[in-house]
Amino acid sequence: MSYEILGISVLWIFLYGYLIVASIDFGAGFFAFYARITGKDHLINRLISRYLSPVWEITNVFFVFFFVGLIGFFPDAAHYYGSALLVPGSIAIILLAIRGSFYAFENYGSKKNIVFLFLYGATGLLIPASLSVALVLSEGGFIVEQGGVVTLQYLELFTSPLAWSIVALAVTSVLFISASFLAFYASRAEDKPALDLMRGYALFWSTPTIIAAFTAVLYLSQHNNRHFQNMMDLWWLLGLSVVFFLIVLWLLYKGRRYGWAFICLMLQFLTAFFAYGIGHYPYILDPYITIQGGATQEAMGIALVVVFIAGLLLLIPSLALVFRLFLFDADYVKGKK
Amino acid sequence: MVVDTVLWSRLVTGLTLSFHVIFATIGVAIPMMVSIAEFVGIRKKDNHYTLMAKRWTRGFVISVAVGVVTGTAIALQLALVWPNFMQLAGNVIALPLFMEVFAFFFEAIFLGIYLYTWDRFRNPYLHWLLTVPVVLGAAMSAFFITSVNGFMNQPEGFILEAGQFTAVHPLQAMFNEATPSKVFHVLASAYMTGAALLAAVAAFSMLKKGVTEYAKKGLKLMMTVLLLFSFLTALAGDVSAKFLAEHQPEKLAAAEWHFETEKGADLIFLGWLNAEREIMGALHIPKALSFLAFSDFNAEVTGLNEFPVDEQPPLLVHYLFDAMVGVGFALLAMSAIFFLLLFWKKRNELNRWMLRIIVLGAPLAFLGVELGWFYAEVGRQPWMIRGYMRVEEAATTSPSIVYLFFVFLLLYILLGTMCVIVLRRLFRDNPAEVEFEKAAKAKEQALQAKEAGDRA
Ligand code: HDD
Ligand code: HEM
Ligand code: HEM
Repeated sequence: MSYEILGISVLWIFLYGYLIVASIDFGAGFFAFYARITGKDHLINRLISRYLSPVWEITNVFFVFFFVGLIGFFPDAAHYYGSALLVPGSIAIILLAIRGSFYAFENYGSKKNIVFLFLYGATGLLIPASLSVALVLSEGGFIVEQGGVVTLQYLELFTSPLAWSIVALAVTSVLFISASFLAFYASRAEDKPALDLMRGYALFWSTPTIIAAFTAVLYLSQHNNRHFQNMMDLWWLLGLSVVFFLIVLWLLYKGRRYGWAFICLMLQFLTAFFAYGIGHYPYILDPYITIQGGATQEAMGIALVVVFIAGLLLLIPSLALVFRLFLFDADYVKGKK
Repeated sequence: MVVDTVLWSRLVTGLTLSFHVIFATIGVAIPMMVSIAEFVGIRKKDNHYTLMAKRWTRGFVISVAVGVVTGTAIALQLALVWPNFMQLAGNVIALPLFMEVFAFFFEAIFLGIYLYTWDRFRNPYLHWLLTVPVVLGAAMSAFFITSVNGFMNQPEGFILEAGQFTAVHPLQAMFNEATPSKVFHVLASAYMTGAALLAAVAAFSMLKKGVTEYAKKGLKLMMTVLLLFSFLTALAGDVSAKFLAEHQPEKLAAAEWHFETEKGADLIFLGWLNAEREIMGALHIPKALSFLAFSDFNAEVTGLNEFPVDEQPPLLVHYLFDAMVGVGFALLAMSAIFFLLLFWKKRNELNRWMLRIIVLGAPLAFLGVELGWFYAEVGRQPWMIRGYMRVEEAATTSPSIVYLFFVFLLLYILLGTMCVIVLRRLFRDNPAEVEFEKAAKAKEQALQAKEAGDRA
């Protein structure tokens, strides 16, 4: 495998990782706020702070990792996306900042403050929405280079049904993933009321998610037929995704094996995400950056891959330790420690 | 209206970095202090030190969050505000940037574990061991980012061909000649600043509430660390100056208003320039500049006039440099005096004046870090990558950058204020002595419960 392909595969796997861990976090923000205004916060807030507070920094590093890695492997991406995204990117920074500060200050009063809780919930939906725009842009047609100046076509972007359908998909997926995870966590904590609540949310958000997914694919076929056709060639991956989705629904509906339900949900998103990503090949930004043309120098590419492997050898055991302590340690989960 | 996008880009970057570096310095230094305190606590079986480690960590968590938030901002801004810089230099410096993220990962993971496992290990050294990856992770992230900055000053490890960097050697770029002296200086000054901060906190509490055993131990421990690292900082500063004299003479010359190349050059402290660029009212230390630059009182030091006018850094950096050096010697003197008073039995090292000065030491140390970076960054002007890319070639062309400056300014003011409020609330409502009593009582109860359990 050439180093460019290796590089983009690594990045795509990391983006997938971010998608899962960040969705759990983002969605929890919305649920915390929603539960508060419907008077059910006592059911789930402890659950949320038990799991999320220790790991939010790790979640954030996933994002930085993807971003820094993308620019490292494909420096041209800095030029195009960097120039075009100054304003939207800065808005995303501010939203991330607001959210990060919630965790910093939560133990000391902000959790009780309704304004802060509102911001926490709102950013939980706005951040995935704004980040998903980067995926929309990569489809081409929104970033234009003329005479060396790169600009973003705001009007086209805001009137594009593709953009809105991808944003809708991002938001619904976040809520679906998060609710399923929290249901699993509640079941481990043997917290029946929280479990019932989260299971209800998960079931509720499953349908909009799948509708949004089909809508996005539909609009993709109109906007970028090449990408759509490539995805259709991977029909079996998409089919698998639907099968996993049905298993998730069934398990949630029956109300058992929440661990398996969440694993199937991760597989559902994995297959769909890779069908989308492989279909995107060879472009990073259609039509300006391709994986081969935009890649960094070979020596750097190889150095990055080596570091990546060494880094993983360091991180996987450490992450396993975190999971053992916070996710699979039954006493911790139940709040006895 | 034409917007000077280059100027505003510089302002945005300077703003974000100046804010980030406060928290970055805390992020590098406090884990080290926590580690030291916890270790001393276990060694001496003294719960005061353990409590110290706990309380410092609790405050630290809040500042980490701001560090992470602002760090994420600067990482994104590097691409958003300087897209051409990242496109060109990304080929060469991606490696340390990428490795930095691994260092963060490592630090974040173990910090998370450390925080939530205070009472989960039987052997206290096991919990202490968790500080090691946190301290290392923080130091590594400082190392990697400083090596990127080193590259901007001393670009190496590539060939420029048709506007592109080719034949890239990532390791050579990372271990450029600026890296060792810079990393040494950055780490030493960070640890020094952390010690100054915690010493100031202890001194402040003594001024407010009188001398307690807890505060006294904290103060003495941190003053020891401060003495050590203020000495190392000055040493590292000297190493940095020697580096500059050899590789970036225009930066040193601008800092010293050293215009003509000469042997046995004077060190010039403060003063001002008249219309003919003559130095007025300055303190001259004969031949000291030659010594600072080459360890030889008669060595030849390159003057600023050797460089084309449009490649000379602004002369303002003289004051930045002098103030930084001033801070360095002030802190060194302060810690030395403290120990003189301590060992000189008739004197009380905890007199109110000494304590007041120690409180002042904390803002002074942070000022030193800021001044040092301003000197390093402004002194690189007009270059972005020295000798290869000018600042104006690298900046974004979007005029929105002006609004973004004010938006970010507002954001940092908000974050800073929140951070201070939360920290104050955290420690004011929960004094150390009360917590100490509580912890002791809880331990006793746990022991009794255990004994009862064993008997049953
Ligand atoms: C409280 C912090 C502090 C203190 C007391 C000092 N410095 Fe410093 N200095 C820094 C904090 C700093 C810094 C923030 O860490 C810098 C900015 C960039 C860098 O590499 O380190 C720096 C840069 C810096 C540079 C420029 C390096 C470069 O651009 O490559 C020189 C020559 C010195 N210092 C020299 C000194 C000397 C001779 C000091 C005498 C005591 C001194 N510094 C005290
Ligand atoms: C953290 C401490 C730092 C502070 C306080 C700081 C401060 C500043 C300031 C004030 C400027 C504007 C200089 C001018 O325009 O005259 C600047 C520019 C810049 N700095 Fe730093 N800096 C820091 C560290 C770094 C590091 C570690 C890097 C490298 C990754 C870096 C990269 C840049 C870049 C790319 C610019 C813009 C180009 C320029 O104006 O020279 N800075 N910084
Ligand atoms: C000498 C200057 C710098 C030092 C010593 C430094 C050090 C640190 C440290 C220790 C942290 C962890 C936060 C904490 O524990 O408090 C941090 C956060 C961060 N810094 Fe800096 N930093 C510097 C400048 C920069 C620059 C120029 C960049 C941009 C490339 C940057 C990018 C980041 C990022 C992305 C984070 C957040 C990482 C996360 O998500 O956990 N830093 N920095």
